Amino acid sequence: MGKVVLVTGVARQLGGRFVRRIQRDPEVERVVAVDAVPPEHHLGGADFVQADIRQPTITKVLAEHGVDTVVHMDVTGTALAGGSRGSVKETNVIGTMQLLGACQKSPRVKRLVVKSSTNVYGSAPRDPAVFTETTPPKSLPSGGFAKDTVEVEGYVRGFARRRPDVAVCVLRFANILGPAADSPLAEYFSLPVLPTVFGYDPRLQFVHEDDAVEVLRLASHEPQRGTLNSGTFNIAGEGLLLLSQCARRLGRPTLPVLLPAVTWVGAALRTLSVTDFSPEQIRLLTHGRVVATRQMRETLGFRPRYTTAEAFADFVRSRGPGLLPPAALAGAVDRIAALPLAGGGGKSGAGGVRRGADDSAHHSAN
Amino acid sequence: MADAKVIPFDDDRSRGGAQRPPRRRSGPRRPGDGAKARDVKAVPSVPGRGHTDAAGGAAPGSTAAGGAAPGGVAPGVEPQAAEAGARGGSRAARRDTVPEQALPPEPRGGGGGGWDRRIAGGLAFLRRRLTGEYDVDEFGYDAELTDQVLMSLLRPIYDKYFRVEVKGIENIPADGGALIVANHSGTLPWDGLMMQVAVHDNHPHGRHLRLLAADLVFMLPVVNELARKAGHTLACAEDAGALLERGELVGVMPEGFKGIGKPFSERYKLQRFGRGGFVSTALRTGSPIVPCSIVGAEEIYPMIGNAKTLARVLGIPYFPLTPTFPWLGPLGALPLPTKWTIQFGEAIPTDGYPPEAAEDPMLMFNLTDQVREQIQHTLYKLLVQRRSVFF
Repeated sequence: MGKVVLVTGVARQLGGRFVRRIQRDPEVERVVAVDAVPPEHHLGGADFVQADIRQPTITKVLAEHGVDTVVHMDVTGTALAGGSRGSVKETNVIGTMQLLGACQKSPRVKRLVVKSSTNVYGSAPRDPAVFTETTPPKSLPSGGFAKDTVEVEGYVRGFARRRPDVAVCVLRFANILGPAADSPLAEYFSLPVLPTVFGYDPRLQFVHEDDAVEVLRLASHEPQRGTLNSGTFNIAGEGLLLLSQCARRLGRPTLPVLLPAVTWVGAALRTLSVTDFSPEQIRLLTHGRVVATRQMRETLGFRPRYTTAEAFADFVRSRGPGLLPPAALAGAVDRIAALPLAGGGGKSGAGGVRRGADDSAHHSAN
Repeated sequence: MADAKVIPFDDDRSRGGAQRPPRRRSGPRRPGDGAKARDVKAVPSVPGRGHTDAAGGAAPGSTAAGGAAPGGVAPGVEPQAAEAGARGGSRAARRDTVPEQALPPEPRGGGGGGWDRRIAGGLAFLRRRLTGEYDVDEFGYDAELTDQVLMSLLRPIYDKYFRVEVKGIENIPADGGALIVANHSGTLPWDGLMMQVAVHDNHPHGRHLRLLAADLVFMLPVVNELARKAGHTLACAEDAGALLERGELVGVMPEGFKGIGKPFSERYKLQRFGRGGFVSTALRTGSPIVPCSIVGAEEIYPMIGNAKTLARVLGIPYFPLTPTFPWLGPLGALPLPTKWTIQFGEAIPTDGYPPEAAEDPMLMFNLTDQVREQIQHTLYKLLVQRRSVFF
């Protein structure tokens, strides 16, 4: 007998992709896709049920379809279209409570996967450089999406205590990027000039959309041999990028703003509805956040196909060139290198210069 | 043996008089130490007159030798050293000197190629920087920037200003994790930075020191950015443990603000070593502890007072009042050019203890005391050997 998977939050890009992907798995018999608004993208052969998870009707949906695996992806930072921050918070927190209550009532549910975020760690200068799954945050997020995720995880832990027979997996995603990403960070990176916080160069980590879908799929099936897919896991690509590196790779100039003024700039941008510059995003862009992914690799047995840098490169390819394309800058430097004055008499070709550069790099390394 | 009477700081002059023989002894030692001194010594083997220069420089006194290395070199006697030190030497000047010492093959290989390479290297560096194609580790350490820029900026201060003398570099293991524990002093953390340069420039395997810094460092704009890029991270057990597990060389100054912000009258008296957290981290990872004593940093900003109210208003742990600082404005923030010695002591192994040892408070206190005593002891010894604060 195949599995019946219920997925929430399918009106979003990532939810839709996950629904389409998981239908192709042989052990899945049926996929029930739930969201409050009908999605703009197609969902393959999934049964779409228009239901608001804030309402108790979700209990009926679970019972009617005989759902045994619930993938909760409706924990998000931004409203889909025209929604207010208040309704987002309600969907995140009240929706999760309703869904968990429904799961608790339904004896057939065997597995619960929750898409959370590394926002639960907050970002503060007093935090350790690398967060592991057990690091307690130094300063709890005081509001916004970060606080929502903390509360959602609290309810999920409570559910896991009450229903020990259900395998619960909480995936804390770093910032999800990719060609179709619609997260606030992706919007930020689409600005022509990136406002940054003066004197801070945050460390950022990204997950590629494809990897996000893959790991959700891994968590919603039976664990593979030698791995365990219940528990809490940080999900992020290998390595990290500094914000300054991101800006240069994107080819967008940065505009450093003093920390007190950042809030005003953020408010102005939000009023103009250019991007959602929420307080927790400002904190992320001030202090940065890096998580340890050893549990993901060793316990969950998941190896992302994209590193942080590759995920970002894929995102860059999907956006148009910025005002300062890196290729043009590199070309300008090469032209300077080709000048006879700088390159020195004999070898004036850029190739020669680059070879020389490699040599001197070796020198300094020795 | 090292009771407090051994350190009569205030009468350096009279003690200097009493210790003529040590001064004599330290004369010949001088050319052998420090990277800069080695440069001077290596080059004179080419022209005859270099010998006299070096010998003459060493004999009259340390100032001449210390100061002459950069100054005396510039006129063009030893172009190699000049190039290594001040790269201001123009190409024309260099051309002049080339025939003079054409015989010895240059280590840089090939006449004018050095400058070409240098420029090409600089441009390649610029290219990587502008396009963002460089790597940082998960603590934000930017190895390339540190090597090429930050260290080059600190090196003149290290070489010329504080004239740091490094001893016992061989006590730092060639590979694997190790925890270097040093005393902390000097109002501003110059000692940590100098220790970082000392390890980077002197260690035969070119190891990088990863310093653990106070949370204040990571709250200040600009400072936090540079600190992360230079490989520093927050002084907490998680970060220290993670770095040691990766086999990095970690530097910690357990006295913290108590040490760096202590009044001038308490100089070279080690403060409490925190709660000994560094010992349990070392025990947990089985990394050896290398005690390190830094002499000279105490006198760079003689802190004669502490404006506590002002400090509280500004949210900093202390607000130093030195004979010069608030009074002369930014000029008063210039450190005094003291002569420094950094001595790395013999490593204390921690891998012989059972795994539960990290939970044993008694053992932790004992080890903490052992490290502290060793540093204090070495400090006293170095102070006795020191001829004066500035030379």
